[in-house]
Amino acid sequence: MVVKTASKAGLRDWLIQRVSAIIIGLYTLFIVIYLLANPSLAYAQWHHLFQGLPMRIITLLVVLTIVWHAWIGLWTVLTDYVKNTSVRVIVQGIIIILLAAYIISSIDVLWSAGSGY
Amino acid sequence: MKQARPVYLNLWRIRLPIPGIVSILHRISGVIIFLGLPYLLYLLNLSLHSPETFNQLSMQLSNPGQKLWLWIILSAVAWHFFAGIRHLLMDAGVGESLRGGRAGAWIVIVLSAIVIILLGIGIWS
Repeated sequence: MVVKTASKAGLRDWLIQRVSAIIIGLYTLFIVIYLLANPSLAYAQWHHLFQGLPMRIITLLVVLTIVWHAWIGLWTVLTDYVKNTSVRVIVQGIIIILLAAYIISSIDVLWSAGSGY
Repeated sequence: MKQARPVYLNLWRIRLPIPGIVSILHRISGVIIFLGLPYLLYLLNLSLHSPETFNQLSMQLSNPGQKLWLWIILSAVAWHFFAGIRHLLMDAGVGESLRGGRAGAWIVIVLSAIVIILLGIGIWS
């Protein structure tokens, strides 16, 4: 298949969507297995897991990956179903604001962990 | 010239093929996860902030409305996870045929159903 310039953005999105899916899936599996392996999880241990800088950074990177994945997915869904351009642009704007808020909240949640300890 | 053609859109009479159902639910579950993320972040915050808020979690999750909401979000995650793996496998050329596509769709339905039932048991028991 010959990829023309006009569809390069589509190809890039296609690739990002798959790479991000694998990253998010692996992180989800890790959390699920961790919770299943520790059925009577106490605060100290849970907090300890998220206290290390590597875990906080990895989690934040996964949040950024989710945001990117969500944007490509929602963009695709919107382009398919919302044909009115101005409505679509407004909804896209709301989505961008929400996704930005998600990023800021997760930084706050991760870096204020244990602040009430 | 525009013809006045009959429009029949009884959605219950339109039989979407099984892979089509899996595909549209992949989209719907994705949107549910997007809308559910603030709640998951809220729970993560409670679990991490302090021992008091950590203990508050079980109280929050004894609320029937929150149980239902959490179950819906986690069910969407389970569905999106399995349907996503099917997608990745099909990109790799696995289950691309008509029969393979149907079989893969059924596998997604069965695996998701099992996890969604287990989630329900975990949340309500």
